Amino acid sequence: MSVSNTGWTPKIVAFCCNWCSYAGADLAGSGRMQYPADVKIIRVPCSCRVNPLFILRAFERGADGVIICGCHPGDCHYTSGNYYARRRMTMLFSLLDYLGIERGRTRVEWVSAAEGAKFAKTMNEFVETVYTLGENRKLRDIRCRK
Amino acid sequence: MPKIGVFVCWCGSNIAGTVDVEAVSEAMKTVPGVVFSTNYQYMCSAAGQKMIADAIHEYHLDGIVVASCSPRMHENTFRKTAQAAGLNPYMVEIANIREQCSWIHKDKEEGTRKAIVLAKAAVAKLLHNQPLQAGTSAVTKRCLVIGGGIAGIQTALDVANAGYEVDIVEQRPTIGGRMAQLDKTFPTLDCSACILTPKMVEAAQNEKIRIISYAKVEKVEGFVGNFRATIRKKARFIDENKCTGCSLCMQKCPSKKGRDEFNMEMNNRPAIYIPFAQAIPNVAVIDPEQCIKLKSGKCGLCEKVCSAGAINYQQKDELLEREYGAIVVATGFRPMDPSPLNELGYAENKDVITSLELERLMNAAGPTKGTLLRPSDLKHPREIVFIQCVGSRCDENTNRGKPYCSKICCMYTAKHAMLIRDKYPDTNVHVFYIDVRTPGKNFDEFYRRAVEQYGVDYIKGMVGKVAREGDKLMVRGSDLINNRQVEIAADLVVLATAIEPDPSARSIGTMLTASMDTNDFFTEAHAKLRPVESPTAGIFLSGVAQGPKDVPETVAQASAAASKVIGLLAKDHLVTNPCVALSDELLCNGCSQCEKVCPYGAITYENREVRGPGVREVRRVARVNPAVCQGCGACTVTCPSGAMDLKGFTNQQIMAEVDAICL
Amino acid sequence: MKKIKARALSLLADGTVKRVLGWERGEDAFDCSPALFENEAEMERFVYGTCAGANLSKYCVKMGKAEGKTLVILKPCDTLSFRQLLHEHRVERDAFYIIGAGCTGMMDENGLLAKCAACKGKEFAVYDEIIDTEECRLPTGTEKRMEQVEKLENMTAQERFAFWQGELSRCIRCNACRNVCPACTCIKCVFDNPGSGVQSKAPVTDFEENMFHIIRAYHVAGRCTDCGECSRVCPQGIPLHLINRKLIKDMNELYGDYQAGLGDNERTPLTSFTKEDAEPGIIHERGNG
Repeated sequence: MSVSNTGWTPKIVAFCCNWCSYAGADLAGSGRMQYPADVKIIRVPCSCRVNPLFILRAFERGADGVIICGCHPGDCHYTSGNYYARRRMTMLFSLLDYLGIERGRTRVEWVSAAEGAKFAKTMNEFVETVYTLGENRKLRDIRCRK
Repeated sequence: MPKIGVFVCWCGSNIAGTVDVEAVSEAMKTVPGVVFSTNYQYMCSAAGQKMIADAIHEYHLDGIVVASCSPRMHENTFRKTAQAAGLNPYMVEIANIREQCSWIHKDKEEGTRKAIVLAKAAVAKLLHNQPLQAGTSAVTKRCLVIGGGIAGIQTALDVANAGYEVDIVEQRPTIGGRMAQLDKTFPTLDCSACILTPKMVEAAQNEKIRIISYAKVEKVEGFVGNFRATIRKKARFIDENKCTGCSLCMQKCPSKKGRDEFNMEMNNRPAIYIPFAQAIPNVAVIDPEQCIKLKSGKCGLCEKVCSAGAINYQQKDELLEREYGAIVVATGFRPMDPSPLNELGYAENKDVITSLELERLMNAAGPTKGTLLRPSDLKHPREIVFIQCVGSRCDENTNRGKPYCSKICCMYTAKHAMLIRDKYPDTNVHVFYIDVRTPGKNFDEFYRRAVEQYGVDYIKGMVGKVAREGDKLMVRGSDLINNRQVEIAADLVVLATAIEPDPSARSIGTMLTASMDTNDFFTEAHAKLRPVESPTAGIFLSGVAQGPKDVPETVAQASAAASKVIGLLAKDHLVTNPCVALSDELLCNGCSQCEKVCPYGAITYENREVRGPGVREVRRVARVNPAVCQGCGACTVTCPSGAMDLKGFTNQQIMAEVDAICL
Repeated sequence: MKKIKARALSLLADGTVKRVLGWERGEDAFDCSPALFENEAEMERFVYGTCAGANLSKYCVKMGKAEGKTLVILKPCDTLSFRQLLHEHRVERDAFYIIGAGCTGMMDENGLLAKCAACKGKEFAVYDEIIDTEECRLPTGTEKRMEQVEKLENMTAQERFAFWQGELSRCIRCNACRNVCPACTCIKCVFDNPGSGVQSKAPVTDFEENMFHIIRAYHVAGRCTDCGECSRVCPQGIPLHLINRKLIKDMNELYGDYQAGLGDNERTPLTSFTKEDAEPGIIHERGNG
């Protein structure tokens, strides 16, 4: 876990599709590949199930970073879900960037069921980036601040 | 509030080693909704499952959270446990505290903290779970096979022999496909027609099989077990039931300028014709482009000579509507046209031919009656050059052909070379190749026979230019092993052209919502484990439509597809996945956005009276067919009003998880 | 334009339409608001001129349910909104008689409306008849449509954040932008739905700066015709259209030119894809982070 001297640790939500990335995360686990406990995974059937509202909700509730993982383009279990997800996330990221939200807080990564190492590496990188950015203040709902 | 039980598994020391399981189960006792929480060494064991079942009874639990290994591992186990104890199986949630916690963290305190958060998230989700019931749908016990080549025939025979009805829809006037055009087959060199035509006859005589030739599938609606297809049977201007296949009309027809498709257009055929002697159905067809009667109203000779009275110039296309439980795609391939590869001179030189053209030239029923004569002057060729990988294994960026290996060319070229050397020992045969690939039973032995026993000259290298000089074709290429340029004065050049999916495949793929790769081959549901199924339920793949294959592989895959079809048709009802999309008609705007992103065509719209608090009006609303929906959730995000939701992964469930993780 | 009023009166008189959706005169030259006229007497107050900035398309969603045809007067840019609503099955074409009204740019007390300064053109996407003058067909739009968006893109992230924080913090959450938006026609808006997880009312938090406008812009992405009504009606003068325009600009650049409300009920950029689409990371690699 990344801990700053103020005791702050980032909260990171990872949406993983059931067929590829969630299995990739499981594989990282079976391979005992370490990544920070700051990452908590939410299983969704497909990256196309990830509503931008969920991401905004996470930020509003105090998440410091949100990452969406899905099957590689062309490998979607549902044939085309990740293609829709790719456009949706691109537009959401663009919107957040335009409003001045730090870029490093959002990421999309395609991780196959065979890529346990990639999953762990991606999570390590992402946590590092978010950790460097510090606490998410810009998108956080005042009601949830402690 | 629902009463929830939490069961924390040690998984021996797998979890308990880095997660304080006692602390987790204690912490969970304070979570709202949780009325019981415990931990045990192996929850998945019989004793662990009994512990769960007992707690369900004792505490009247409405739902359970098992904090254990990945749901990919034991979700089904615990669902069954719950069901056996009288709980709806979808009132079970798994907190993955092994693969996604204990195994990836070393610090026990940290692991424990995370495990608690994950278990809380599972409880938060479970509080929004609804009992789900898997639905059922009936199965129409009939199979549609699109394509009547060896793949389609084999699938049809196997399905029919299991007792189910099969329709074969073939776009050409006869079944038989590419294999009917082949002369001999490797590696046994038996005559293709001799092994294929009995199967064609068997298909024609099988009472369960209906051959719909000269037809195409125009529309497919429905879903696994319940497809409805519209088939256009093109007018052949012949009454199929009357025609005896005597071929007298062919002899008398004055219009002889039709190109003979069966012989790769190397000779002409009459306007009224039977593609080849063993055609099934053995019924003539009139080519409306060539028929004088159909074009000008004059002639009518065939009608006069047909003693069966089978000719009908007024015949129109016919539309058939048929219902099916399963659909098999067996659309096959065609050789790529090598004309754009200018340096090989296919378009300019009649004596540069493709391998399939060579098959016809070598075949006793071909344009030269089986004597190998070159097309330009009908002389016997003494020097023959084969060029391999024409349009195969190309750099995708060069636009010169296909990126894939066509797989069959190495073997059929060895076959051609061997047959020519055997029949015409005075003819020299050279083969320019990049690699020789012979991974198949008795394949390498076969290739070595071509080299060692028949003295075929294999040259490793590419050909740069084929140019006519006098009556010779000068083939210039490189010999990479001897590191030199070679030039061969050839009489005939044979191109092992890439095979590509039949051009009809793309539209069929779209119609069936069956996914295809960038080369228009159909994609299998899983490259290794489900190689004969399309990701779209109820659609199966047979033969080259899925990727390059030789005859034995095609037959094997065709039978495999048939066994999958039989497995489906043997069921009276299909149990559907209950985690499907559901539209709240009170919120639905009827805007059709969801319909556009559904990969399965599971969403339709209808005008329906919508009733709710203060609402009673007819609205255009979305309806999800639960038997077709696969539960991806693409529609839920597209829906602007949030009317569309996904059971098992609802907006509220996911947001509850988000909240539990973030707070 | 008297011609439009005369034509509306005659269509009312001969029974072709049951009512007229137009604008009525108010206190002064700029006071001109959408109104419904059902007879000749009511039509006394009808007006069409440079004050008729309001886009009447959205009202058609409700009017379409009324019995008999409604005459609606649409300016060129308004017809895009109407046609988009047709694509989304929110209006029935048969329920309306559409007069395409020529436009030379609309004004308010501050001069030419922002949306007119970046006029998208004078073509009508849908109509039964057009009433205009030569002058109405002259090319307009002196301001480059994406000029202001580009200006923002060129700022640093911190500057952009400050800019939007400054603008959006003035939001009083009156919902005018949502209520006027012809793409916001949900039977029940997510912000009013307790089940949506984003229900919210009064501006008691900084939700407005953060979430409301992001969600709103995202919800209309691909369907927004850039009619500019959101900014026109904002009592706080927040340039909300710049958010929508940014998404339009990105979709055009990344997925090919697209104008909502044109075409033949095709998919929007967010309900279609190509296998070669850019990865979301492209957003993080370009311009100022």
